[in-house]
Amino acid sequence: MEYINTGNKDTRSGFGAGLAELGRTNPDVVALCADLTGSLKMDEFASEHPDRFFQCGIQEANMVDVAAGLSLNGRIPFVGSFANFVTARVYDQLRQCVAYGNTNVKIAASHAGITLGEDGATHQTMEDIGLMRMLPGFVVLNPCDYNQCKAATLAAAAWKGPVYIRFGRPSVPNFTPAEARFEIGKAVRMKEGSDVTLLATGHLVWESLCAADMLEKEGISVDLLNIHTIKPLDEEAVIASVSVTGAVVTAEEHLLAGGLGELVAGVLARRCPCPMEFVAVADRFGQSGRPSELMSAYGLDAAHIADAVRKAVSRKNA
Amino acid sequence: MSNEEKLTRIASQVRRDIIRMVTGAASGHPGGSLSSADFVTALFFEVMEHSPEHWDRSGKGNDMFFLSAGHLSPLFYSVLARSGYFPVDELSTFRRFGSRLQGHPSVAKGLPGVYEPSGSLGQGLSVACGAALGKRLSGDNHKVYVLCGDGESQEGQIWEAALFGAMHGIDNLIAMTDWNGQQIDGPVESVMSLGNLRAKWEAFGWRVLEADGHDMRAILDVFAEAGHCSGEKRPVMILFKTEMGHGVDFMAGTHKWHGKAPSAEQCERALSELEETLGDYKSIQ
Repeated sequence: MEYINTGNKDTRSGFGAGLAELGRTNPDVVALCADLTGSLKMDEFASEHPDRFFQCGIQEANMVDVAAGLSLNGRIPFVGSFANFVTARVYDQLRQCVAYGNTNVKIAASHAGITLGEDGATHQTMEDIGLMRMLPGFVVLNPCDYNQCKAATLAAAAWKGPVYIRFGRPSVPNFTPAEARFEIGKAVRMKEGSDVTLLATGHLVWESLCAADMLEKEGISVDLLNIHTIKPLDEEAVIASVSVTGAVVTAEEHLLAGGLGELVAGVLARRCPCPMEFVAVADRFGQSGRPSELMSAYGLDAAHIADAVRKAVSRKNA
Repeated sequence: MSNEEKLTRIASQVRRDIIRMVTGAASGHPGGSLSSADFVTALFFEVMEHSPEHWDRSGKGNDMFFLSAGHLSPLFYSVLARSGYFPVDELSTFRRFGSRLQGHPSVAKGLPGVYEPSGSLGQGLSVACGAALGKRLSGDNHKVYVLCGDGESQEGQIWEAALFGAMHGIDNLIAMTDWNGQQIDGPVESVMSLGNLRAKWEAFGWRVLEADGHDMRAILDVFAEAGHCSGEKRPVMILFKTEMGHGVDFMAGTHKWHGKAPSAEQCERALSELEETLGDYKSIQ
């Protein structure tokens, strides 16, 4: 199918819409936030269900463990904050009481990645995918647009066990169908092709679609998969594609270390070694700037993805 | 036999279990387990409404107990087994490979009575706040109990939970501090002073009660008083003044037995001070 932008929207609003829908349809869903209710778009849920919304103030560690306690008698807590504050800042709480405790807690992480923009490196989390996929039992989701983030939120509530959902601050193209079902662990083929496999996640799915269009005109046929679930990775979809194309590129708004690319490289090393290129942030921190200029400066936009694809294809053909 | 005498006899057996488990595993934490033994015994055998035989992790229809200071696992496992959550002889597997009785409490192997893992300090009070809110949401009038260490109260998260519990008026929560004044590196006062602990909890908006943690009558009285505080729209903190290592003369009053196992001879000497009242657990190999 052709994907077209139906209008820019922020992915965090997709989370807020999903949470509001859950509030109306599932009385077990509760929500907790640490003084960022508006930023997380949790205010609709909070105003409609004040008895099921817990303002935690600026104390994220307490919030995560309160959520674990709430989950014991059947509640489904959604814990929201900026990605940095619900991962690195509370890693031990996530590890002991959510992952090791295997509690049914959903971690909603907004403002992830470099596209947080002007706030700068203290808030631009690019390690969270790595941190979260290291925790045994955690599902890690990184939806690509408003519609998919909403669907991912509904899917997270239906999943039994810890889930991490990562999304962003800026308005970005909304292009996936509103009615599409979100199946945890199943990659979505965005475009069929034969020369190279492009595995993209989060905001970089749209950039990858743009890159694939450019490359099509050059005669490079891209097989583009939307890896909205980092963990569990849809290994079979990856292998099926790569075994046809024989070359692969990964694209993510995350550090190279610990991200989708390393994960895929590990799978391919075992099952289907082939030329591979990585679109990710090198070993460094972000900085203030507009999202678009940061995406370009840090090598994450469509042009950089296209370059990486050309390189992978030329290595395959060498 | 009075209630106090009955509980004191159980506590003696619990102390024997603690010493034997830690000796058997050649590791573990006897000091705080011994200091909390009397009031935790009272809690499990007299105060809490719970049905060990029908336990499940939801805690529905039961009072719930959380051990925030997870290293007191020998005590926790002893009172769980002695009150019927699992066979007493399983205590002999403490810290062994494959055991449900992990070094620090775990839910991974499904040990009845453990609601959440603990060990990394400072987290249990928050978890207990959440569990108490969960009970409130589901109209379950049972209480949530949680035990913290005094050393543990140096963790910032304890004070996050202190704010949170008061702010949300969680009055089905009864927290306890084992105020034994010792931690791994020495006296709490010299490692990181808690200052006026009672005043701190009061300033955070909690109902604060204090009792001698080795006087069974005082323990029962303070739990009764705590039970009457529901409806005050604030949580309760009971500060139990205790002695680390209490009940074994050479372990008492020092930090040196916080996390050290006795030798075989030291074990014998300790056991000679503790009456076997319920029958020692047998070893299952």
